[in-house]
Amino acid sequence: MDFSEQVNELQRKYDEMRKELYGQLSPVQRLSVARHPHRPTFLEHILNITDKWLELHGDRAGCDDPAIVTGIGTIDGMSFMFIGHQKGRNTKENIYRNFAMPGPEGYRKALRMMRHAEHHGFPILTFVDTPGAYAGLHAEEHGQGEAIAKNLREMFGLRVPIITTVIGEGGSGGALGIGCCDKMLMLENSVYFVASPEACAAILWRTADAAPKATEAMKITAHELVELDVVDEVVKEPLGGAHGDPYSASQNLKEAIMRHMKDLLKLDPDSLLKHRKAKFRKIGAVQEGVKLDPRFKRKMKPRDAHLDGEQPPQMT
Amino acid sequence: MLHIKFSKQNKSVCEERGNHLSMDSMERIEPSIDPNTWIPLDEDTISKDVLSFCDEESYENRLIRSQEKTGLPEAVQTGIGYSNGTLIAPGVMDFQFMGGSMGSAVGEKITRLIEYATQKLLPLVLVCASGGARMQEGTVSLMQMAKISSALHYYQVQKKLLYISILTYPTTGGVTASFGMLGDIIIAESKAYIAFAGKRVIEETLGQKVPDGFQLAEALFENGLLDLIVPRILIKGVLSEISDLYSSVPYKKN
Repeated sequence: MDFSEQVNELQRKYDEMRKELYGQLSPVQRLSVARHPHRPTFLEHILNITDKWLELHGDRAGCDDPAIVTGIGTIDGMSFMFIGHQKGRNTKENIYRNFAMPGPEGYRKALRMMRHAEHHGFPILTFVDTPGAYAGLHAEEHGQGEAIAKNLREMFGLRVPIITTVIGEGGSGGALGIGCCDKMLMLENSVYFVASPEACAAILWRTADAAPKATEAMKITAHELVELDVVDEVVKEPLGGAHGDPYSASQNLKEAIMRHMKDLLKLDPDSLLKHRKAKFRKIGAVQEGVKLDPRFKRKMKPRDAHLDGEQPPQMT
Repeated sequence: MLHIKFSKQNKSVCEERGNHLSMDSMERIEPSIDPNTWIPLDEDTISKDVLSFCDEESYENRLIRSQEKTGLPEAVQTGIGYSNGTLIAPGVMDFQFMGGSMGSAVGEKITRLIEYATQKLLPLVLVCASGGARMQEGTVSLMQMAKISSALHYYQVQKKLLYISILTYPTTGGVTASFGMLGDIIIAESKAYIAFAGKRVIEETLGQKVPDGFQLAEALFENGLLDLIVPRILIKGVLSEISDLYSSVPYKKN
């Protein structure tokens, strides 16, 4: 008795349903994929896409933050500096990695590596996957804010190409601290937010139960961020999420990175810096050219200058 | 008990404990800028509701209500003016407007101020007061941190111009983690609350109370994060002195 026809038909139906179910994930669903405990981590992608890999350690100032992993390696024979947030693959590892929440030492380690990369000619590939920078006493005392700020400014001066890929959670300033780049890619189920949906819900809706509403409202998914001109490309994941087929997800990542890198490598350093600056300069939505109701400006100091030769400011 | 008039005469400083209460932007700018020298920039620049955001109220409505209530179009005033005879480019944030939160308008106004100061080679002074990034603009708000830092790279690192940041009560979140902590000189007001992560978040993370005085200016000073703590009443004078010191350098071979 041959049931192969019926089996094939059932298989076909199964594949179709799976496509339907996973084809159109909602932001809330994508958030849970982004936070899935088996979602491939930074190191897992590295080991899938590099031919050679050498982890480098330390901030040379008393610490080697386990939440950020740095190192050099090759993809298709070409050397890059790799920097990423590293989540644990189980609870024990997560505790060791501090759940990928770096302290100021992590950002300073990253900066040291980025300068090292610039010095030697390694383009920089950063991988974002963090719930946020660590909110602890030691972190505050040691200048968590300053460490992130320093990275934000310095990344705009690094004279090598920088590609950032959000592979999981992009937790606010903690993510941006290694995310000022020439090209920003996002795995399709990853998210990038200014505040976690839970925090946003607690503050704006005054109940953590509103987290799903906050998730929808804040537009944190890859496709939404492409629309907002923040992200340059969405990298496809295998159906159901990267955790279902990590190797394929890594290969998609590798292909996208190398494709963008090919273009960036053609640019001289000054052009690179100019484009990087322009990429972020254009982000923001303001209204102007419309004179506001004077009631809305009554507490602004009005012009009272009689400066000779000082005309209303014009930008050239 | 505080007598408001007396308090304002005293620049909103509590005589007894030296606490600098929060102060609105107009009250800061007025005494700092020489008479008849102020040119405001981007007065009509306001944020758009880029996400069509609505929590308990639409962002659009919230903006209008804040504008009506505070008499400010946004959480920062920028401009140029003389201070003790030196032309400077100040930006002054205002906590009254939506908790001084930074969205597209604050990001754009500060970026433009920095660009203008770069072009005209003016010293830059940013007075910070903020609860952090404006959640109603989502990741677009977050990117304002990068946008401003990018402008500061050109201004400070490439053009080697002087930027002084003044941290006031309160300075938190995305402002601390971007331009707040990038001043060539960082001045704080006495007892100013200056933080990256807020007290409540830290207590939730650690499951324990945070020690008293933990994120106040004096504590940051002890930890080497600030250059100076200056009483409000002396700020104008101190800025002049600093400006003089930096303009008298004998070896600027750039």
